[in-house]
Amino acid sequence: MPVVLVTDLLLWLLVAVGIGYARYCARRPHLAAPWARVFRRPAAVAASVVLAAYLVVALADSLHYRPALAQGGAGARAYSVEVLSLLDALLPALRTRSEKTYSAPLATRSYAKEQVELPGGGIARDYPRLRWGGAHLADESEWAADVARRVAQGLGVAAALIGLAALATRRLRRRRPEVPWQAGFWTFAALAALACPAFALAQGYHVLGTDKVGNDVFYLALKSVRTSLVIGTVTTLVLLPVGVALGIMAGYFRGWVDDAIQYVYTTLNSIPGVLLIAASVLMMQVVMDRHPEWFATAAERADAKLLVLCVILGFTSWTGLARLLRGEALKLSQLEYIQAAHALGVTHARILSRHILPNVAHIVIIALVMDFSGLVLAEAVLSYVGVGVDPSTSSFGTMINAARLEMSREPPVWWTLATAFAFMLVLVLAANLFADAVRDGFDPRVRVAAAGAGVR
Amino acid sequence: MNAPTLAIERLATRLDTVQGEVRAVDGVDLELRRGECVALVGESGCGKSMTALSVLRLLPETGRIAEGRVLLEGTDLLALPEAAMRAVRGRRIAMIFQEPSAALNPVLAVGRQILEVIRRHTPLRGRAARARALELLAQVGVPDPARRMDEFPFQLSGGLKQRVMIAAALAAEPEVLLADEPTTALDVTIQAQILELLARLQAERGLAVMLVTHDLGIVAQMAQRVAVMYAGQIVEAASREQFLRAPQHPYSRKLFDALPGAEKRAAALAVIPGQVPPLTGEFRGCRFAERCDEAIERCRWVAPRMVALADGHLVRCLVREEKGPAAAVGEPTLLEARGEPQAAASAPLLEVRDLKVHFPIRRGVLRRTVGWVRAVDGISLDIRAGRTLALVGESGCGKTTAGKAILRLLPLSGGTVRFDGADLATLGRERLRRLRRAMQIVFQDPYGSLNPRLRVGDILAEGMRALGVGASDAERERRIAALLEQVGLPAEAAARYPHEFSGGQRQRIAIARALAVEPRLVVCDEPTSALDVSVQAQILNLLRELQARLGLAYLFITHNIAVVEYLAHEVAVMYLGRIVEQGSAEEVLGAPKHPYTEALLAAVPRIAGRRERVRLAGELPSPVDPPVGCHFHPRCPQARAECRERWPAPVRLSPTRTVNCVLYRSSAASNI
Repeated sequence: MPVVLVTDLLLWLLVAVGIGYARYCARRPHLAAPWARVFRRPAAVAASVVLAAYLVVALADSLHYRPALAQGGAGARAYSVEVLSLLDALLPALRTRSEKTYSAPLATRSYAKEQVELPGGGIARDYPRLRWGGAHLADESEWAADVARRVAQGLGVAAALIGLAALATRRLRRRRPEVPWQAGFWTFAALAALACPAFALAQGYHVLGTDKVGNDVFYLALKSVRTSLVIGTVTTLVLLPVGVALGIMAGYFRGWVDDAIQYVYTTLNSIPGVLLIAASVLMMQVVMDRHPEWFATAAERADAKLLVLCVILGFTSWTGLARLLRGEALKLSQLEYIQAAHALGVTHARILSRHILPNVAHIVIIALVMDFSGLVLAEAVLSYVGVGVDPSTSSFGTMINAARLEMSREPPVWWTLATAFAFMLVLVLAANLFADAVRDGFDPRVRVAAAGAGVR
Repeated sequence: MNAPTLAIERLATRLDTVQGEVRAVDGVDLELRRGECVALVGESGCGKSMTALSVLRLLPETGRIAEGRVLLEGTDLLALPEAAMRAVRGRRIAMIFQEPSAALNPVLAVGRQILEVIRRHTPLRGRAARARALELLAQVGVPDPARRMDEFPFQLSGGLKQRVMIAAALAAEPEVLLADEPTTALDVTIQAQILELLARLQAERGLAVMLVTHDLGIVAQMAQRVAVMYAGQIVEAASREQFLRAPQHPYSRKLFDALPGAEKRAAALAVIPGQVPPLTGEFRGCRFAERCDEAIERCRWVAPRMVALADGHLVRCLVREEKGPAAAVGEPTLLEARGEPQAAASAPLLEVRDLKVHFPIRRGVLRRTVGWVRAVDGISLDIRAGRTLALVGESGCGKTTAGKAILRLLPLSGGTVRFDGADLATLGRERLRRLRRAMQIVFQDPYGSLNPRLRVGDILAEGMRALGVGASDAERERRIAALLEQVGLPAEAAARYPHEFSGGQRQRIAIARALAVEPRLVVCDEPTSALDVSVQAQILNLLRELQARLGLAYLFITHNIAVVEYLAHEVAVMYLGRIVEQGSAEEVLGAPKHPYTEALLAAVPRIAGRRERVRLAGELPSPVDPPVGCHFHPRCPQARAECRERWPAPVRLSPTRTVNCVLYRSSAASNI
């Protein structure tokens, strides 16, 4: 039975909007030009390949269903209360094979000593074999050979994928020679060379170890990708209308409208952000806990909390965008084409929508792309503090939170933290590189410098 | 003749752009001698500024000098290492720029900026250096230099900033001064002061000056020799006298013909068809051939060389090579009364009475009003259908504010504006919207006045849709095609975006937008001041043609006296928010009465027929705190005691003319 979570809907909606916007731009040269400038940079192409990989994982994790329970008899079919996603279905090995507790990456034995019964009868304290990790090995001395074989298999698949990509790159280069497809190709090759062996190994081992309750860390990291992307994008859905509307209204109407809006955002900005968000999140949590009947499954409740977090983040972070847009609208409203529109008796609503809005669009796009990484990091911080997503939702913040105490163990449990760190670093770095390219592509000043070029 | 101080030989400068390599300067030869001013003339984009920048090796990042030599007394500057070049810049060759506010560092006191040059290039230090800076400021005519030394650029007016720039440029006593449009950003009375200063310094110090300008009037006034640039090349070089008497290159002749002026009122101005060719490609023939109406077949295939005509006049033209020098241009006649039909004594279309626009100055937490900027302080005008009233004045006098207030684009503080009998000042928003059809505006900046995100067709349709002109979209589309044709643009322009058009074409689109709603009055706010002379001529011709065909009334706001002479029927001269003199164009421009009008007209650099100079001291005072009495009295050479007491009442000198000046009270008494 398919389950439609609200954030799934919003994420897919955003993807649809993105595709629609791309098609709209493609037909209008003046809108397509800045994007063409963005994709002329190798860093942007490489970053978008990485972002696309993350997006694929997140989207696969955003198609939810409740599996039917195997049941005798012809009665009504019953469905499990557990909500799974397409990603879970693709990686059953990762989801179900949990150990008792910590185990190191690719380990065959647990990380903690236990009482084990010796075959001869007698009890000793030793590191027990894992239930799943390397369980197929009869003899642990085959471990190295088995790992090498699996890595080689994975690399073989990767080589095939890279070959396909090379063909596609050659095609694309012929059609659009000005785009640095090479950068994208090498990024893809690197990703494939890492991901394919990882998945091959994951069939028999815990590639990145397990956490305290024995869950596979690689699986947790993959599940966290969706949370990050939801926070980074759905939040903007809330932030955008508020920020844009208030920003351009303040700049265009000025007078008391401007004063009122400025007071609101100055006040909002003076309240420590974390405090405000924590208070709002806790309040909403209390409300949700009082009304368990609102949610059919635990997943739905966790999802609702995620959405609420997005809304709260959105309502507390629109001020930066609004301030930027206010300044720009102030400048634009003095321009002569706006005055000419006044002289032609054009109404305020039309001036705002036809003259101001399209001319601040580049600032909106730059701000959104740059906000994305900030929001991803903000989620991690909030979850770490304990006011972020539902504990049952995996996110980089909850992973870090769970891992922090174990760093002081001897020897330390480093892999949970390292995994969350690496996954987040790659995502935020790619987003930042992409944002830089977008800013350079859209910023009119950069364009002037390039065209300044023209003869004086 | 003595050896040249600065010799530019075969200079070629290339710029890398997205369109490819631009040959901004392409083989320029030029010589500068001591005590001589050479004017480099041309329209925007011809490479004249790039030539000046190449001499100092101050090119933008994308630029490079491809070949040629720049010899400063025999030393090739292009071969010097950068460190040695820094000792040349400022010390031996100095440059002053167009925009004084951008060339001074806003966070340093102006004295420091001059001292910097002195310390860098002379052995003077401490007290001696300061004394030298004071001396320089006094020499360039900065009043009270000891106080000004410690002021910051924002405290100085544009004219004073340019004087400071000149002082800094001269601090190390350079031999060569490169002046890149030094007065373009200044008002005409200030321009006259600065030009006079430059001429004096040049004579006193024996400077070699290269004056980059687009204004032939300045050339006539300042230069000893003239070089005309077109598309990266010098096409003509001659002494001033030769050049003004008989310009040889067809391009130069066209430039003269395109200048507006009183003597050309009877006919349309000459225009140069087409545009400057892109400088990215190779040229086979003459670069001007496509636009030249004298061109012969050979011009398209053979690149002309620079040849000397009989009197040493150099010209790059095959036609002149073959057919010999062109005849002298006729001496332009001064303004005379024209035989144009006088306006019928119909009721005025627009009647402005005692219009006031005051802006509050707010301070403090509670934003209390602590004073008023009296931008427009009681002006009265009449405009009749089919006539042009020119509102003339220097920047900051309130003429643009007045124009916008008349259209109610700004709130009025007082007075009445009657349009066709209805008082605009008291109309509600909805009724005003309906009246907007009849009144439109064309702005100065063709780049800022069109929304870059809308197609031309949408820009033109916007007003029609808002004001309900045209019943259906199909009908509006027909109208858009007709409008584009009317302003001389192809019909397919409707589907394109503004950035695909040149400045002149954009101004045509702006005019079409105003005409789209069939107005009867168009306020033209400096519609040609951002355009080159040849493009300006096209726009002025278009405006006149439209007036004749549609019976439009224009309120023409400008500071360009030549345009006024060419276009206006009536003239009103504004000074600091008030009109000091108004009347028919012949009366006001032919025989100015008010001392300010006289000074304003005298300050305009003219090619021929110089008037007696009336130099104005000082600059426009602030409208926050205008002088008591007559606003003009602190600068007026003929001020009397009573001028300080009250604003003089208007005196009617003829049925069409009034003047606000105490000088004419006695004569007026006998007139009335």
